[in-house]
Amino acid sequence: MRLVPRGPVGPALSLLVPLFSVLLAFAASLLLLALFGTSPREAAVAVYQGLFTDLRGFSELLRRAVPLVLAGAGLALAFRAQFWNIGAEGQLLLGAVAAAGVALFSGIEGGWLLPAMALAAFLAGGLWALLAAVLKARLEVNDVITTLMLNYVAVYLVEWLIHGPWKGKTAFGFAYTDRFPEAASLPLFPGTALAWPGVVLAVLLAGFFAWLLFATTFGFEVRVLGENPEAARYAGVRATVTLSLVALFSGGAAGLAGFVEVAGTHHKLLSPLQISLGYGYTAIIVAWLARNHPLLAVLTGLLIGFVFAAGDVLKVALMVPFQLVEVVNGLVLFFLIAGEVFLRYRVVFGGRRG
Amino acid sequence: MVEDWLVATLARGLAFAAPLLFAALGELVAERSGVINLGVEGMMILGALMAFVVADASASPWLGVLAAAGVGALAALLHAFFAVTLRANQYVSGLALTMVGLGLSGLFGRAYAGKPLAHPLPKWDVPLLKELPWIGPGVFEGQSALLYLGLLLALGLSVFLHQTRPGIHLRSVGENPAAADALGVNVYLVRYLAVVFGGAMAGVAGAYLSVAYRPSWTEGMTAGMGWIALAIVIFAAWEPLRAVLAAFLFGAFYHLAYRFQGVLPPEFLKMTPYLFTILFLVLSALGKSVRLGAPEALGRPYVRGER
Repeated sequence: MRLVPRGPVGPALSLLVPLFSVLLAFAASLLLLALFGTSPREAAVAVYQGLFTDLRGFSELLRRAVPLVLAGAGLALAFRAQFWNIGAEGQLLLGAVAAAGVALFSGIEGGWLLPAMALAAFLAGGLWALLAAVLKARLEVNDVITTLMLNYVAVYLVEWLIHGPWKGKTAFGFAYTDRFPEAASLPLFPGTALAWPGVVLAVLLAGFFAWLLFATTFGFEVRVLGENPEAARYAGVRATVTLSLVALFSGGAAGLAGFVEVAGTHHKLLSPLQISLGYGYTAIIVAWLARNHPLLAVLTGLLIGFVFAAGDVLKVALMVPFQLVEVVNGLVLFFLIAGEVFLRYRVVFGGRRG
Repeated sequence: MVEDWLVATLARGLAFAAPLLFAALGELVAERSGVINLGVEGMMILGALMAFVVADASASPWLGVLAAAGVGALAALLHAFFAVTLRANQYVSGLALTMVGLGLSGLFGRAYAGKPLAHPLPKWDVPLLKELPWIGPGVFEGQSALLYLGLLLALGLSVFLHQTRPGIHLRSVGENPAAADALGVNVYLVRYLAVVFGGAMAGVAGAYLSVAYRPSWTEGMTAGMGWIALAIVIFAAWEPLRAVLAAFLFGAFYHLAYRFQGVLPPEFLKMTPYLFTILFLVLSALGKSVRLGAPEALGRPYVRGER
């Protein structure tokens, strides 16, 4: 088997191949289900009925998609600059912490509270990512590892807060903060548990990032830096500044996801495992599936949101362990990068050896 | 008093360092061949589960370790196929491996959660050496058998990489694959072997956790150690013997932080290994010379006839 590079491919093929990869991953997951003694047919029916036959079901899909789109769009921006931000999970948690802090202790009241929480969440998530970006830009410290380590630090920071200084007076034996004041709740779409401003925020932010990336000088610098750091240096791109801004935006977006989760769903700071179901890690797939295009992350975020919501349905309806979601997501990623090979190369069997 | 304290730090630090050492040594070999594998965490957790399941069923912990190496190698083979043959993005392939590994182990491990292991790995004393002052009780008494093997492995790898022909081939593949190819070294084969070896060692690292350190299975029990191992490789400047030192430093710090129990909230103690990792990376970046250790072709797929 040999791989022969091929020229640029048309838009049809570059859309079909990832789509096919995702379908293959889903098929592999159904096979895995069968292995667990769950009929794939039954599972498919349950998912269809659970998510696509009424508003409430579909809104659950959207609710899962919102943090994925927010974090994913930010990661798309980061990956464009070759900033390997694997830390969206921690940045999301920091966002949740900052939003909770403002909601509980700032004393801000009324209509200003939610914007203040969002801003704090954006900054907290952004600064958490900035730390890794500065270390990368100034000292060439491996960003994959620093961002990842900061995830764990964030987890234990939240644990400490909810067990210690922020533990609610009304929480009794449980580890969470007091409930946020009423003004800190995002409004819900009638008849659902979906905080609709989150949807608006996600789409707007994805659009903003796409504009930033493709229509501004800053975006051009980001892309040059990512594609050819040497050329970027000659062109006068200040790597530290650009990378720092990318980190701020990317981490900030994840921070906003944390804000939407606590202000839209939980209304308090609680266990990290409940705040995020691994959205930060999964957002890597969202970004990669979107070919690091922030606006496409809206679509891919919906797709992965579907995987999460389907996991919920299967857990309740057929008692399938939720860990399946993680496996499906990993498989999607594998099939995806395998699919990309076919976009870049033509596979030739046999023939002359290279 | 101080002596006891030092000996305990040495002993406990090493016990904690063993899984990091195995995982780091494996990754070190893979990276020396030019392939980075971010799937260490995933391979480790698969190894931990596999070791527990096999050790539990066969009543033989060593069989468990062997099975763990096998499953780690198999998982790494997948990564090698993506990274070497398909020339896919190595970062993404490794991340996918970690996700699949964590997910699968959670899925299949549910039945084993909380079950104690009847036959864990033995602890050994090394005759003669254990009579040494300080070092004896610190290093050579009552440690898990695997730890000693890990120390020997580091020694062996160091010799292999620097003194033997295959070792020099391996390094040349990581530094300059085109030149190695021109000299008749099979670049693809070497990379496959190195990555698969890395996976087997990650599996053994996982096995240490589930059949030696804490003989039981818990979901997510690797707790990021696979990532810490990646950092240790950098800190060790891709040298096996320095990896021993790095892994031990890490374990010792962790043990000392543990000693502060009661003074600091437990969450802060749990945070320390991850903060240390960042600190380690910053320190190795500040010591600029260390960077020379990075294989030149790390992370780049090799294509014949391309530069």
